[in-house]
Amino acid sequence: MFDALSDRLERIGASLRSRGRLSDADLDLALADVRSALLEADVELSVVRAFLDALRARLAGQSLSQSLSPGQQVIKAVHEQLIEVLGGSALKVTYASRPPTVIVLAGLQGAGKTTTAAKLASWFKQQGRQPYLVAADLQRPAAVEQLRVLGAQIGVDVFSDASDPVTVARAGVAEAARIGRDVVIIDTAGRLAIDQALMDEVRAISDATAPHYTFLVIDAVTGQDAVLTARSFHETLELSGIIVTKLDYDARGGAVLSARGVVGRPIVFASTGEKLGDFDLFHPDRMASRILGMGDTLTLIEQAERTMDADVVAASAGRMMDGSFTLDDFLAQLNQVRKMGSLGGLMRLMPGVSKEMRNAAANVDDRELDKVEAIIRSMTPRERREPVIIDGSRRSRIAAGSGTTVNAVNQLLKQFGEMRKMMRQMGGANPSLPPQMGKLAAMAARRGGEAMPPGFEALGAGMRTAPASGGPKGKKKKGGRVTPPKQR
Amino acid sequence: MIGSVVVLASVLVIAVILVVLVGVGVSRSRRGRRTIAPPPAPPLPEVLVTEIAERPELDDEPTLGSRLGASRGVFDRVRSLSATGAIGDEQLDVVEEVLLRSDVGVATTGAVLEALRRDGAPDGIASAVRRLLRESMVAERHVTTEAEPDRVAVWLFVGVNGVGKTTTIGKLAHREIAAGRRVVLAAGDTFRAAAAEQLATWAERTGADVVRAGEGADPGSVIHDALGRASARGADLVLADTAGRRANSTNLLDELAKVRRVADRAPGQVVETFMVLDATTGQNALAQAREFLAAASVTGIVLTKLDGTARGGIVVAIERELAIPVKFVGVGEGVADLIPFDPDEFVDSLVRA
Repeated sequence: MFDALSDRLERIGASLRSRGRLSDADLDLALADVRSALLEADVELSVVRAFLDALRARLAGQSLSQSLSPGQQVIKAVHEQLIEVLGGSALKVTYASRPPTVIVLAGLQGAGKTTTAAKLASWFKQQGRQPYLVAADLQRPAAVEQLRVLGAQIGVDVFSDASDPVTVARAGVAEAARIGRDVVIIDTAGRLAIDQALMDEVRAISDATAPHYTFLVIDAVTGQDAVLTARSFHETLELSGIIVTKLDYDARGGAVLSARGVVGRPIVFASTGEKLGDFDLFHPDRMASRILGMGDTLTLIEQAERTMDADVVAASAGRMMDGSFTLDDFLAQLNQVRKMGSLGGLMRLMPGVSKEMRNAAANVDDRELDKVEAIIRSMTPRERREPVIIDGSRRSRIAAGSGTTVNAVNQLLKQFGEMRKMMRQMGGANPSLPPQMGKLAAMAARRGGEAMPPGFEALGAGMRTAPASGGPKGKKKKGGRVTPPKQR
Repeated sequence: MIGSVVVLASVLVIAVILVVLVGVGVSRSRRGRRTIAPPPAPPLPEVLVTEIAERPELDDEPTLGSRLGASRGVFDRVRSLSATGAIGDEQLDVVEEVLLRSDVGVATTGAVLEALRRDGAPDGIASAVRRLLRESMVAERHVTTEAEPDRVAVWLFVGVNGVGKTTTIGKLAHREIAAGRRVVLAAGDTFRAAAAEQLATWAERTGADVVRAGEGADPGSVIHDALGRASARGADLVLADTAGRRANSTNLLDELAKVRRVADRAPGQVVETFMVLDATTGQNALAQAREFLAAASVTGIVLTKLDGTARGGIVVAIERELAIPVKFVGVGEGVADLIPFDPDEFVDSLVRA
């Protein structure tokens, strides 16, 4: 997300880095570049202007830097200004003293309200709340059905009724109170900001349910229109915040800056992928770092702590450090990492990871990870503990058992061996861990750079046309559930 | 804190290893697979078929002008500028603002400004801008409905999530049925919850056949079945839905390329691949068009939601850079609110106050 903007800004920084000092002409040049970077990122024109004015004031007032190069000085100023525009820190969600806390979602058609409703419910559930979904989008065919299916996936009840949206919303809130749910999320139909009748309707829904929070759901790839939309919805509904969707799409997400800049309400949540777990509170400071390509370790740690099983991780991490890490541990870790969300999403949060690496991660198919799991599960317990005993015939057996190739097995074993070696080294140098990690990532990226591109080009198509090599589809996973083969 | 570092460390290691492993593993297995005969096709999912014969009436066709949203006042200022003579910075600033606000994009706006600076505007700035924009939109806009003899014409619909692919199919089905064609809808979006229900509702409204399978089914096999059904019934046109997908994922684009190959196999023949684009989309639309063009050979754009405040100016840049023509525009929620694209009217709408 935001890659395009951060790339631009990095290049701006690089072109200035060679100069000794920041002249007025340099400043003009840098600001012109920032301007087109922002415009190409779809930041709205008036927001761009305000941003540049503030940036100029910030830089002009500064005496030329002592410790920073002119390029760094500009980037630092952009970073600070981004934090300011995005809004200082994350919103703290508070709950109504007399439950349920009522939340209304509104927005244009196709912004992702229904999916967001489910993701939001899932988020509240993780916070230990008992959410309830109300399907008040009676406009789009099958919207209610979509919410029901999603609700079933996350184990949250959905209220629906074929009357009219206002009645549904009111009855939904009453029903939630009756059955003791403490958070109610109302999904409304998509509407154009200029459609007076529909705007009146959403207003009526709001009046009837007296929501504690009203969120505008906005698509991160929206262009200049983001501002008009945000403003109109704000005038009608008094928004309490904004939820940004599709932040994984490419890049730019200027709509985030625009909407925030114009209505002065915080971005509260951001959705960064198709999985229901790819959704979290929006942290402006972290996002500003990410825009400038600085990684986001805080979010990563939080995600890890939220989804990972602490005992499993602690046990295997301990073995990781003393070098007795086994393939069983690897498998356990793999499953923990998968719980955290997509690899692509994780890589984006990691500092010091190259762009190629990030792209490679973004293109990893989940079923490829199934294959890794299948290979390990096709080994005997002893083989998993002592991979050195795996000889040629064992390799063939494992390949056959997992529906993969001997090559794939070899690859896994080789990587695992190298990983163990690296871990032992790191175990010795514990205090300096993070830099070591950076080196590891860089090393892996180099390695990936050699071998990956040809593979990745045809990755999806290749694997998909050959069900025989995708052995573990429908395999029994831990917990005893049989997962059907996933599409995509 | 130590705990966090350990957690972070293990996440990093495992994730990095996985990426490397999977990447390398795949390139290997791909190389190995060339010698292997293609595996048998997977069993087809159970297919539900709904058929409705009733044919609705076609409403009067709206025009773009009659549906345009909110005031488009900025160009008032351009038109009020002196009609001829030298062009000042102030006027150029206004033009720049108008174009940028329409999402035309930095590059196209720059090109227009440069042309204005170079050639001036003998017949007024507004008409010069209008002419310059119009010159970018000269691609052929013919919509093909006929396939080769003994094959069924397929229109494939692609696009990112939430742009209105399914709704567009519903409206085009209505249009083509009214024009006397027999239409089969293929519910190829097997990913989004209830997408097939949504399409089935449209089939019911428009009197098309629909072929669908359960959620998670293979989209290629749904389209394959739809083709079989269409050729058995002597239908003229299959409108094939696909799941919304982001345009920066190699996997999802490869999947799309595969779906297109299936749809183009006899008895099917893909005669149009429409990229559906939401008019509110900004510069990302250009990236979308580039990727979908490469993956699915897009032949035209359907620009939806043009009845709001968004102007969809990015299609000028798309046509200018990639020569993909806009063929239809969506101007409202009604079933008849999808009309053929008229570049003159569109450029007028960008310039109209």
